[in-house]
Order: sequence, then C-alpha cells, then structure tokens
Amino acid sequence: MLFEQILFFVAGIGALAGALGVVMLRNPFYSVLSLVAHLLALAVLFLLLQAQFVAAAQVVVYAGAVMVLYVFVVAYVGGSDDPLARDQSGVIGQLGPVFAGALLIELTIAVLASSLGALDTRGADLEPGYGTPAEIGELLLQRFLLPFEAASFLLLSAAVGAVVLARKRRGLEPLEDEGAG
Amino acid sequence: MDVSWFVVLSAFIFCIGAGGVMTRRNPLVVLLCLELMLNAGNLALIAFDRMHGLGDGQVFALFVMVIAACEVVVGLGIIVALYRRRLPIDVDDLSELKG
Amino acid sequence: MDVTDFGWLILAFPLAGMLVTSLGWRVLPGRAPGWIASGAILGAFLASIGALLELRDIPAEARNLASGEVTASAFTYAKTFGIDVNLGILVDPLAVFMCLVVTGVSFLIHVYSVSYMTSDRGFARYFAYLNFFVFSMLLLVLADNFVLLIVGWAFVGAASYLLVSFYYRRATATAAGIKAFVINVIGDVGLVIGSFLLFSETGALDYAGVFERTEAVFVTNDGTLVAACLLILVGAFAKSAQLPLHTWLPDAMEGPTPVSALIHAATMVTAGVYLIARTHPLFEQAPAAADVSAIIGTATLLFAATVALVVTDLKRVIAYSTMSQIGYMILGVSVFAYGAGLFHLMTHAFFKALLFMGAGSVIGAMGGEQSLDRMGGFRKAMPFTFVVFTIGALALAAFPLFSGFFSKDEILAFTINRGGWYVALAAIGYLAAALTAFYSFRMVFRVFFGKPVPEAESLERTPEGTGGEQAHHDPVNPATGEAEDTDVGFPGPSHQFAERERPMKFAMAPLAVLAVIGGAVGIPGVTDTLEHFLEPTFEDSSYINDHPTDGAEWAGLAFGGAISIASIALAAFIFLRRPELRVAIRERFAGVHRFLFNRWYFDELYNAAIVGPVAAAGRFGRTVVESRFVDGFLIGGTTGVVRAGSSFARAIQSGLIRAYALLLVLGVAGIALYFLIVSS
Repeated sequence: MLFEQILFFVAGIGALAGALGVVMLRNPFYSVLSLVAHLLALAVLFLLLQAQFVAAAQVVVYAGAVMVLYVFVVAYVGGSDDPLARDQSGVIGQLGPVFAGALLIELTIAVLASSLGALDTRGADLEPGYGTPAEIGELLLQRFLLPFEAASFLLLSAAVGAVVLARKRRGLEPLEDEGAG
Repeated sequence: MDVSWFVVLSAFIFCIGAGGVMTRRNPLVVLLCLELMLNAGNLALIAFDRMHGLGDGQVFALFVMVIAACEVVVGLGIIVALYRRRLPIDVDDLSELKG
Repeated sequence: MDVTDFGWLILAFPLAGMLVTSLGWRVLPGRAPGWIASGAILGAFLASIGALLELRDIPAEARNLASGEVTASAFTYAKTFGIDVNLGILVDPLAVFMCLVVTGVSFLIHVYSVSYMTSDRGFARYFAYLNFFVFSMLLLVLADNFVLLIVGWAFVGAASYLLVSFYYRRATATAAGIKAFVINVIGDVGLVIGSFLLFSETGALDYAGVFERTEAVFVTNDGTLVAACLLILVGAFAKSAQLPLHTWLPDAMEGPTPVSALIHAATMVTAGVYLIARTHPLFEQAPAAADVSAIIGTATLLFAATVALVVTDLKRVIAYSTMSQIGYMILGVSVFAYGAGLFHLMTHAFFKALLFMGAGSVIGAMGGEQSLDRMGGFRKAMPFTFVVFTIGALALAAFPLFSGFFSKDEILAFTINRGGWYVALAAIGYLAAALTAFYSFRMVFRVFFGKPVPEAESLERTPEGTGGEQAHHDPVNPATGEAEDTDVGFPGPSHQFAERERPMKFAMAPLAVLAVIGGAVGIPGVTDTLEHFLEPTFEDSSYINDHPTDGAEWAGLAFGGAISIASIALAAFIFLRRPELRVAIRERFAGVHRFLFNRWYFDELYNAAIVGPVAAAGRFGRTVVESRFVDGFLIGGTTGVVRAGSSFARAIQSGLIRAYALLLVLGVAGIALYFLIVSS
C-alpha cells in the first residue's frame, strides 16, 4: 500500500510537471519532450490502476508512434521561439488561465465534495483477468466489435487525409512570405 | 488507493491543457495541449473503470487513443501544408473564419 | 312557372348579357354587342311581364311579404350567430312594378344607344357596363333582405361610376365619376349602419323578419328606430341626389347621354324612392324620420327648380329637373302616399328618358355642343325630335291630361290631405310646379324656336342629314373647351341624331306615347289601377285608406293644371314674343342670377368645408407622418435595431481560434457550475 501511494505521488508529480512543461516551455521541441515524459508518467498511473494493457499501449502507441510523428514535424516545421509572457494578444491570454482555473475548481469541488457520493473510492473487487490483454481482446472482439471496426475506418480516413494534405499541388504557387511566421 | 485522487489529478491535467490551448500561439503546441486534455480524459476513464470493475473503460480509453492518433495525423498534415505554403504558423494570424 | 321563377329569370338575363358582351367582345362583330345587350334586357322585360301575369293568379291577399308565396331563396349566405341571410328574392307587386319600369325603359334606351354610340370605340364596353347596371338595379329591387339590397346598392354605385367616367380620358369625366362614387359611398355607409341598427334591435336582416317585429320592438319614434331610418335616408338621398348629397348629379352629365337617360332619370336615382317605399313599416313607426324626409324632399324640389331656371347646359337643365321631380317622389312616399309617389316615378321615367333622348339627338345634331346659348330654331330641321321633346316637356310641366299632370298633382293632393304643416310643403310644391313648367318650356323655346343657328340651317338644307357638317372638326370637351383626340375614352367623331337613325326613333316613339297616355292608370276616381295593384305590398300601412276625396283630388288637379298653363304662357311670352326681356331680367336680378347660376354655392361650400381639409390632411400625412414617422422612426428604427444586433453578433466571429476556445471553456465552466449548484 505504502509503495503504491509513493508511486502514485511520484507519477502524479511527474505528470503534472510534464503538463506544465508542455504549456510553459517556449521551444516547441522541449514541449514535445515534456509531453513524452508526461505520457510515461501516465503509463505508470495506469499500471497503478491495474490497466496493464492500456499502459503498454500508451507507451508503445502514444509515446512511441504519435510522439515520434510530432518530433518529425517539429523538426521539419521548426519551432519558433514563442515568447509566452509577451505577445499575449490582450484579453484572451489573460482570461484563459482564469477560466481554466475556474473549471478546475469546479471539477475539484465536484469530485471531493460529499455530494458526489457515487464515487466508490475503494474500487470494486476485481476478477483475476482484469486488465490483461486477453481480457481486452475479448471485449474488443465481442462487445465492442462495431466500434472496433469503425475505428479501423477512422484510421483509414485519417491516413488518406494525411496523404492528401501533404501532397504537392500542381499549379499552386507558394504564397509570399507574410512574415510574423 | 482512492479513485477520487486519480480523478482530481485528471482534472488538473485537463485544466492545464485547456489553459494551454487558450494561451499558446504556435499551432503545434496547441495540438500538444489538446493531447494533454485527451490524456486527462483517458486517466479519468481508467480510474472509473477501476471503480466499476468491468473492462469497458479501458476499451474506451483505447479508442480515445485511436482517435487522438487520427486527429494528430490530420492536424500535423495541415501544419505541414501551411508551412509549405509559407503561411505564418500562428493561430492568431490564421483568421479566415472571421465573420 | 312560378312567380319567383320569373324573378330569377329577370335577374339572369342581364347578367348573361353582361357576361357575353364583356367576355366575348373581341369576337362579336360590328354592333352585335349592342343588339345582344338589348336582347338581354328585352328578355328581362318579357320575364317581368310573365311575373306580372303569374302574380295575378295569386289571390290579392297572398301577394305580399307575409304570405311567403312570392319569396324564394337560392341558397343560404350565412347562418351563424343569430344571422340568417339568404340569397333570396321577393316578387311582390312593388318589385314587379319596379322591374317593369326598369326593364321597359332600359330596353328602349339600349336600342337608342345602339345608334347613339355607334362610332364610339368603347361600344362593347358600354353595353357590358349598361347590362351590369340593369342587373344591379334589378338585384336591388328584387332583394328580400337588407344584405342583398346593400349588395345591389353598391353594384349600382359601381356601375354608375363606370358609366359616368366612360370617356375616361377626359379629366372632367373622371372627376365627375369619382364625385358620384364618393357621395354614393357615403350613402352606402349610412345604409349599412342603418341596417345594422335594425338588426341589432330586431335580430333579423330580411324584410319579413324586420317588418314583423318593428311594432313589437320599437315604440313610436323610438330613438334607435329614428336613427336607423335617418341613416337609411342618408343612403336614399345619396342615391337620389337630394340635398345635401346632390352635388354629383349635375356633374354626372359628363357621361354619354343615354347613360343620363337611364341612370339619372329613370332608374338609379329612383332607388331612394323605392327604398323608402319598401321600408315603409319602419318609417310609419318613426314619423319623425318621415317628416325629415318630406322636408328635405321639398327643399330639394324647390332648390333644383330655381337652379334649372338659369343654367345654360341643356343636359344640366334636365338633370336639375330630375332632382326636382325626385324631390316630389320623396315627398310623396314620405307623406305615406305610396301609390302617388310610385305613380310619379313611372311617369317621370317615361318623360324624363324621353327628354334626355331628345336632348341627345339635338346635341348630336350640334356636333357635341351642349350649351343653350348656341342652340336655336331646330323646329323645322328636326321635326321628329321637336315633337317628342315637346311631348316630354308638356308631361314634365304637368300640362293637363298628360301623364305628369295626374301623377304630380296627386302627390300634392295627398300632401294637403295630411293637413297641418304639410300644407306648407304642398304650397312649395305648387310654386316649384310653376317653375318647372317655366323652365321646361324655356328649354323648348330656346332650342327649337327662334332664329336657326348654322347647324340647324345646314340640316334644313340637306334633310337626309349629313349632319355634323358643322361639327367641330377638332372635337373639344364641351365643358372646358380643350381639344381632345378621338381615341378610346372620348366620344367618337361622328354624332347621330334621331332624324337619321331608325333605332332612335324606335326607342323614342313608345316613350312619347306613354308620356301622353301614361296617366290613364291613375285617374282619380276613374281608374285607380296602379294603387290597387300596389295595395298588397302596402296593406300593412296604417295610412292606406287615408285618401283625399275624389273632389279634393280633382280640385288639386285643376289648380295644378291652371298653374302649368299659366307658366307656359309666361314662358312663351318671354322667349317667343319678347326675347330681349330675358336679358333684361337677368341684368336686373344679377345677384340672384349669380347665386342660382352657381348652384347656391353648394359645391364651393363642400370644397371649402370638406374637400379642402381632407386634401390638406392627406398632404400632411404624406409629408410628415409618412416620411418622418413611418419611414424614419418605425422602419428606420426596426432596421437600425436589427443592424445593431447583427453587428454585435458579428463581432463575436473574430476568426481567432483562441477566442473560440475561450468561449468553449467558458461555456463548459458555466454548465458545470449549474450542475454543481443544482445537485447541492
């Protein structure tokens, strides 16, 4: 128990640090790396919740594939040094954190207040196969077969979309550089 | 281990992501913050699944990952296209939706 | 065939004629529309005779409204909330009498018009309008409830407008049409409100229902009843051109002469008389209204007679004489002498239509010129016209043994018989009778006697009548003298007159005969045919037997005859023997002459009191209210509000993604807040 609690706090702090890093670091490449760290911390948290397969998928798919894609694009596009403190275009930049903070407070109150008594904090008793790949596989192919197939369709359309977007269009002149890039 | 702690953590991450979306001007970073929000959702899903004891939440979280991946692909494709056309990579300057 | 079947036929013929001429005018050749229209009216006339014969088969007691034998209904208009209105007709003696007069005279006028309007390019249009008018008049007369009466009333007003402004390209004609229509509408409003008042008290809209309940619901001279009768009188006076709603009739002479003959002599203007006769139970229960009617009738007959003495337009002299004679009829039915009043209606139809037709013939020979000042000496050139015109004038002047003699003096005899202050009215009636005789022969002597004018001379020389040689080669508006072309909307270039045209003679001759012998149906003590015939309609009247004695009637007739002869002699003296006296008298009484010539300044009064302020209000409305208030404030205001709202809404669409994200988060936070509060 104690070990779990320590692990929770460590992973939690890691996740929060990664999140803050994404938002506040100026170089986008550093933001990407920060997000990778965040993802790994999240994987640990998933393990704490007995979701082994999801944790593994998180590391392999998310941190492994999606983030690599990000790294490639950031390397291609190049990150601009994006000063955060200056150049806040007026109102939105100041109001943004305010509303986000308001949302945070509301959610926290919702979770911790006694009115949300539906949260069974202990957690249910688990069957032996909970969270294992076999279990997930069974669910995917029995109860969630339709979403599974739909997800494959979605992936196909995303792939087609990516190809179309990245194509060089014939006859279209590249526009003049408008600065402020 | 209180499930509610995980949900509170998820709320934190979500709101940090929301603040980032509203504050950052580089579309790449905005997408990253969107990822944050999605992941926070995933965490909440897994936590609630732990509470109920069924595997549904985990399957749901997997699908969220799939969707996140597709969205990232298309979004990055748009940014690459923007870069190719020498358009500014700045959400404040990309305001053709202005009515 | 039932009486009511003939009634429907009477209505159907003119309607069919109107439809055929108006829809098929392109395919009908030459003068066919005219003959078709005349045929339709002839059909209606024969149907009226059929109705008359059928009516005689019904016993006399059953010939009235209460028996139900002479009414028929086609279908129900409205049956709701206490209203029960049918499309029904009533074919009782009064209605049959009116139908006979209307269709008979109309038929002759149609025939006359066929030749009068030959060269007019609006030939078919004219006959369609004329048939429509006859249909409306018959509808008015045959209606058995107030609603259908009002429908016919309004149609007649519309037909009158269409026909008066027939030469629609003339400004004076259209102005006259509008004037006639506006005054008619004032009458319509009065009639409608009056009917409504009756309906509100008696709960019925058909004659049978209203008249039955009149005595039960209203006391004598009940306020509401008097008000309703006065409003009905407004309608009657507007239609019959009595004071103060009379100003339209002289102006209505802008229409073609046969129109004047039909509408403004024989039929439409008598609608008011018919209305009072038909609603007699109401007036007998409200004698105050009847007295008002009698006074106004008398005032009108005197007024019109004085003005007819001095006006110089031939048609307008006849128009004022119409106004005057209608005044006699109104007086007759207002003193509850229904038989006498309607008798005069019939004889007046004969001789007034005849006079108008004769005038049309003379004006045709003059090439459109209508002023008495330019006419003279047509006696030898136009013998037929001279004879019929003189017959009409003699009848109008109530010369002994002509038709007008019996009818007019009978009215005055009945008036004296009522006693009291009615004798004063009768005295004024006799005075006006003297004036009537005088001005009738003023017309005759000035047109047919004296030195022949050039038109007359040319006619004498070439009797086969090329006529119109002296016609103005450039047609002009007789009233204002401005030039006109002869396209549609103006009278045609050539003018027809009786000596040349057979149909005109065919039309005028029967009327001349009737004008002479028409009195035969009403010789007091000898043949009270007309009164007996009309009795069933009026038997519920309490005055039905209030009869002057035969001796009193013959005394009245003798007195009237003497006045007539004396006036004619005076006129002959002034116009034939000493023409210079005419000018001398006019100069001597210049002020009076001017007053009379300007029609007692009624038109000027109305212009200043009513027309001027209304026009000013209209101008004010256009400049101030419309442009500033409506356009500026109301329309500008609402569009301004919408514009401001939409520009505010547009400001939200800034195109900034971050702003959209902000709003999203704001919304989510708001919803979460709501749920938090609700669930706590």
